[in-house]
Amino acid sequence: MTNEKRTPRGMWIVAILVVLLLILHQDNWLWHDDTLVLGFLPIGLFWHLCLSVAACLTWWLATVIAWPGDDDVQSEEEVAS
Amino acid sequence: MNQPGLPQLIIMLLYLGVLLALGLFSSRLFKGTKEDYQVASHSIGPFMLLMSLFGTTMTAFALVGSSGEAYKEGIGVYGMLASSSGIVHSLCFFLIGVRVWKLARKNGYTTQIEFFRDRLESDFIGLLLFPCLVGLIIPYLLIGVIGSGGVVQSLTAGLAPNTFPVLHPDGTPNFASHGGIPPWLGSLVICIVVLIYVFFGGMRGTTWANTLQTMVFMVLGVVTFYVIATKLGGKESLFANLRALSESIPEDKATRAHMSQSKFFTYLLIPLSVGMFPHIFQHWMTAKSANSFKLPVIFHPIFIMIVWLPCVLVGTWATGSLIPDTMQLPSNPNAILPFLVTKLTGATFGGKVLAGLLAAGILAAIMSSLDSQFLCMGTIFTNDILTHYRGKENVSDAQQVLYTRLFIILIVAITYGLSLGNVRSVFAMGVWCFSGFAALLPIVVAAIYWRGLSAAGAISGVFAAISCWGILFYKAVDQESLRTFTLKLPFGEDGTPIMPVVVMLLSSTITMIVVSLLTPKPSDKTLAKFFS
Repeated sequence: MTNEKRTPRGMWIVAILVVLLLILHQDNWLWHDDTLVLGFLPIGLFWHLCLSVAACLTWWLATVIAWPGDDDVQSEEEVAS
Repeated sequence: MNQPGLPQLIIMLLYLGVLLALGLFSSRLFKGTKEDYQVASHSIGPFMLLMSLFGTTMTAFALVGSSGEAYKEGIGVYGMLASSSGIVHSLCFFLIGVRVWKLARKNGYTTQIEFFRDRLESDFIGLLLFPCLVGLIIPYLLIGVIGSGGVVQSLTAGLAPNTFPVLHPDGTPNFASHGGIPPWLGSLVICIVVLIYVFFGGMRGTTWANTLQTMVFMVLGVVTFYVIATKLGGKESLFANLRALSESIPEDKATRAHMSQSKFFTYLLIPLSVGMFPHIFQHWMTAKSANSFKLPVIFHPIFIMIVWLPCVLVGTWATGSLIPDTMQLPSNPNAILPFLVTKLTGATFGGKVLAGLLAAGILAAIMSSLDSQFLCMGTIFTNDILTHYRGKENVSDAQQVLYTRLFIILIVAITYGLSLGNVRSVFAMGVWCFSGFAALLPIVVAAIYWRGLSAAGAISGVFAAISCWGILFYKAVDQESLRTFTLKLPFGEDGTPIMPVVVMLLSSTITMIVVSLLTPKPSDKTLAKFFS
C-alpha cells in the first residue's frame, strides 16, 4: 500500500477524532456515578473501555485515510548499490 | 509436590528454560553484523512488531501495579493510565514512529542520538542526551528487577520457611512471603536469564521472546481473572460472580470520588513518554516496512484493555465485602494480585499450577521490558559513545557487537546492584521517570516537523526539561511525597492540583521554541535530508 490514500482531509478527520477522544477522556459527568452497567461494570470504567474501543477504531481509520508511511524508502547504501 | 510453593517454582523454572532455549535458537540465525544484532536487520513484520512494542511498554506495573493501584485508588486507575495510553501511545507510533522509521532507514540511524546529531549538526546534543537517557531509564529498569524479585517471593511463599523466613516485627510469620525465594535471589535469576537471551539473541532473540511473553501474559491474565472471579464470587456462573463482586465494591472505589479531576486530566501527558523511550525507538527501527506499524497503531489500545481491565477489577474487588475476614491482605498493594492467586487457589494442585503459570505471566511482562532496555543501553553506548568517538573505520562490526554485549553485562550488573539497596520508592520513581521522558518529547516532535529547530534550541530544551525535573524531584523528596507529589494552581478553594509533568513539558517546549527562533538553523543540505 502506498501513501496515495493520504489526503489533507483524512488527516483533519483523524485529528478531530483524536481531539474528541481526548475531550471525552475527561468524563467529569461520571465522576460520582456508581451505576453498574450490565450489572457488573462501574460506569466510569465502562466509559473508558468504550474509549479504548473507540481509539482502536480511530486508529484503524487513520491507517486507511491518513497513513503517513509508504514502502518506497531506500537507505543511502541501497541507493548507492 | 505437596510442598507449598514447589509447583510454582518448577513452572517458573520451566518457563525460564523455554526463554533461554528461544534466545539460543534465535542466535543461530545471527548474521554476525552489528545491524543484525541491534535491529534484527530491519526484518520484523507487523505481528511481531505489535507484540514486541506492546510487550515492551507493559512492565511489572501492567499486571502487579495496576491491580495494586486499583486497590488503593479504585476504578479511576483505568482511565488515568490505560485508556489514556491507548490513545496517546498509538498517536506517538503514528506521528513519530513511522516518520522516524522512514528517516532512519533513509539515513542509516539505529539510535535516537544518531538521529539528533545528524538532524541538528551537533555533537554536543549526543553527549547531553546520553546521560539523560541512561539516568532516566535506570529507575525504569529497577521497577522490573525489583518487581520480579517480589513476585517470585510472593508466589513461592511457604517453600522453605526455615531457610527463608519473613517475619513481622512482633516475630510472627508474614504469610504473604514467608518461606518464599528471597527477592535478591529471584531478581538475580531473572537478570541472568534476560542477560543470556539478549546476549546471544540480540534484537531478534529479544523480539521473539517478547512475542512469546506478550502472548503468555495476556492469556494467563485472562485465565487468572476468571479463576479469581469464580473463587471469590462463590456463585454458579461467571456473570453472577461478576455481579456479586462488583456490588461488593465500596462506593469510593467504584467511582472517582476521591480522585482529583485536574490531576486525572494532567496524567494524560505521562504516556507521551513512549515517544522518547530509547528502547521503543530501537524497536521502531526493527520494522520491515512503514506498513508494519499499522497493526501496532490499531491494536495497541485494545491490547492495553485486555490486560488492564481484569487487573483493575480484581484490585477493586479486593476492597470489597466478599473478601473473607480470615484473609489478611498484604500491606503492600503490589502484592495483592499474587496474594489473591495464592490464597484462592493454593489448596489444590491445579491451583498451585495456576499460581505458577500466573508467576510466569507476570515475569513475562517484566522481562519483555527489561530485555529491550538492556539491549538499548548497550546499543547507545556502543554506537553513540564508543564507535562515534573512535571512528567507524576503527571499530569492526564484530567489535561493535562485542562491545554492545559487554556494556549490556555492565548495565545488568549495575541495575542488579542498585536493586539491592534501599529502593522502596521505586514504583513511585516510575511516574517520575515517565515524566522526564515526556518532557523531552517536544525535541523529537520539533526535529521531525519543524524546520526552525536549531541545535541551541534543542540543547536548551533538554536542559530546561532536566533542570525542571531535578528541581521538582528534589522538592518531592524533601517533602517525602514522591508518590503523591503535585503542584497546585491558584484556582479553587484548595488550589487545583496538577502533575509535575505539565511544568516540565511547558518549560522544555517554551525554551526550545524561543531559543530556536533566536539562533542559527542547521544547513540547507541537512534540512533537505529531513524535509524533502
